[in-house]
Amino acid sequence: MSAAVENTYGRAGERSLALPVATIWRNGLFAAGTWFLTAALSYGLPDVISWGATELFAIIMLAGAGIFLALSVTVHRLGGFGRTLVHYGPWFIVLGLWLAVWEVLTAKLGWLPKPFFSPPQGLLHVYLTDWDRLLICIAYTGRLWGLGFFSGILVGFAGGVALGWSKRFAYWGMPLLKLIGPVPASAWIPCTFFIFPSTFHASIFLVALASGIPVAILTAAGVSQVNRSFYDVARTLGADNRFLIFKVAIPASLPNVFVGIFMGLYYSFAVLVVAEMLGAKFGLGWYLQFNTAYSAYANVYAALIIMALICAGLVRLLFVARDRLLGWQKGIL
Amino acid sequence: MALALAETAAVDSIALDVEGVSHLYERDGGALQVLDNVSLTIAPGEFVALLGPSGCGKSTLLRLAAGLETAATGKVLEDGRPITAPNPDRILVFQDATLFPWRTVRDNIATGLEARGLLGTKGYRIDEVLKLVKLEGFADFYPHQLSGGMAQRAALARALVNDPKLLLLDEPFGKLDSLTRLRMQNELLDLWKSAGFTALLVTHDVEEALLLADRVIVLSDRPASIVAEIRVDQPHPRRRDDAGLVALRSQLLEKLGISHDV
Repeated sequence: MSAAVENTYGRAGERSLALPVATIWRNGLFAAGTWFLTAALSYGLPDVISWGATELFAIIMLAGAGIFLALSVTVHRLGGFGRTLVHYGPWFIVLGLWLAVWEVLTAKLGWLPKPFFSPPQGLLHVYLTDWDRLLICIAYTGRLWGLGFFSGILVGFAGGVALGWSKRFAYWGMPLLKLIGPVPASAWIPCTFFIFPSTFHASIFLVALASGIPVAILTAAGVSQVNRSFYDVARTLGADNRFLIFKVAIPASLPNVFVGIFMGLYYSFAVLVVAEMLGAKFGLGWYLQFNTAYSAYANVYAALIIMALICAGLVRLLFVARDRLLGWQKGIL
Repeated sequence: MALALAETAAVDSIALDVEGVSHLYERDGGALQVLDNVSLTIAPGEFVALLGPSGCGKSTLLRLAAGLETAATGKVLEDGRPITAPNPDRILVFQDATLFPWRTVRDNIATGLEARGLLGTKGYRIDEVLKLVKLEGFADFYPHQLSGGMAQRAALARALVNDPKLLLLDEPFGKLDSLTRLRMQNELLDLWKSAGFTALLVTHDVEEALLLADRVIVLSDRPASIVAEIRVDQPHPRRRDDAGLVALRSQLLEKLGISHDV
């Protein structure tokens, strides 16, 4: 732990040393510059074809540039939030530059042509015109993902504990799990149609399977790798099997379980598109397929960005949960 | 300290009998014999040290006494009854503290009471043993925040909170630095004197055995059998440079196959 503490304080120390010397946040100024550049290019040069929302995009970039300009002198008064901003300063600069290049290559020069590519204002246009449908899709996907993911990790966790704990269970279960593990989700579709009463249930099953299998495998590995002496100690202290499973095996394997949940989270997102092939009327996966079929790639990109942001948000949440539950690990990792 | 314990804990001790025990482990198709016809008798409240080369099977004897394993042949008895399963009356303290890293010091110490559903009635003992091992300020620390000596003290407290009648110690101070080891040896002695449990200490440190034990039993290399048995009558506290102990020391070293010049 002491190393970790020194590290955090050390870095904070570096920052607080660096800040008084340059009271102006230079990266903020640069970011304002690159964002202003994007705004100017968007507004000043003509679009090769109409994309809609070009002016709004320019205004947003200009507003962003203004905010960075203001922040470049005030950021040091914002405490923790300010430090986070300063940390990501280089990213803001590059983001502005990247938007400028994207803008020029697509809207202004047309080197990356319609319909395969879309400039930023094309995506903005999608959000402006199709926001109601996107919101419904997010809600539908949220329901499907939530039901599938949580039932998947729950069953995966319980199965993993059983596999790791009981030799007989592992004898029959492990080979099955290894066979099922690599089967792609789409291969399950014929079976699921037959087994499940509705396509919605079938979709939930696919998401649950994708998230449950890595959790099961890693939980089983975690439980079977628990240091034998922990069991010996607990047994001499009077622990029964129940205590050994719930108070020793499970807490000891939680770090592994979390690795499995992280993997399951990514797999579950990857499988959403397939799961929503099954007769879904709404959902981000459905939205992707529907718009791909119509070559409306701007809509596809717009939905992809939403999915990526949601996934990143969930990963962040999971990290917070992990740090809460595994605080005892500090210094071990 | 001794007074505090005497008031709160009425610990009695048990006799341990090992009768003609041999034990072996299956390994890669072959069998590895670790104990060869070992017999010894330990009286209630006695402090006995088992001395022998590393890997000779001393620890196996402790695991048998703890009930973690059953002897292949021979009998291990507590007060005349065979030992078949672990029981908190007989607690094993390992060379590594083996604290549960996900539990605070307090929760680690509470493990035995919790497992037997005694937290409600005996929970007050936790604070007592914390004080006993001088960790009262570290109750809410996690094991990774403790030094080696503190961790071993916590492990000792985790055993003592159950008022064991037989304490089995498997080189408990083997990994501590020499100063901490000296201090912990004295603390263990105080605990033993005040609590009155029977103690069986496995060690390969001749001085440790002589400083602590009423009786030192020397085991041979694997498969372990008893080579010698030496009674130490010097009263506590013992001094390392006591003439009698020095004589016993060279006697023991000789039994272990090491010459006088060492």
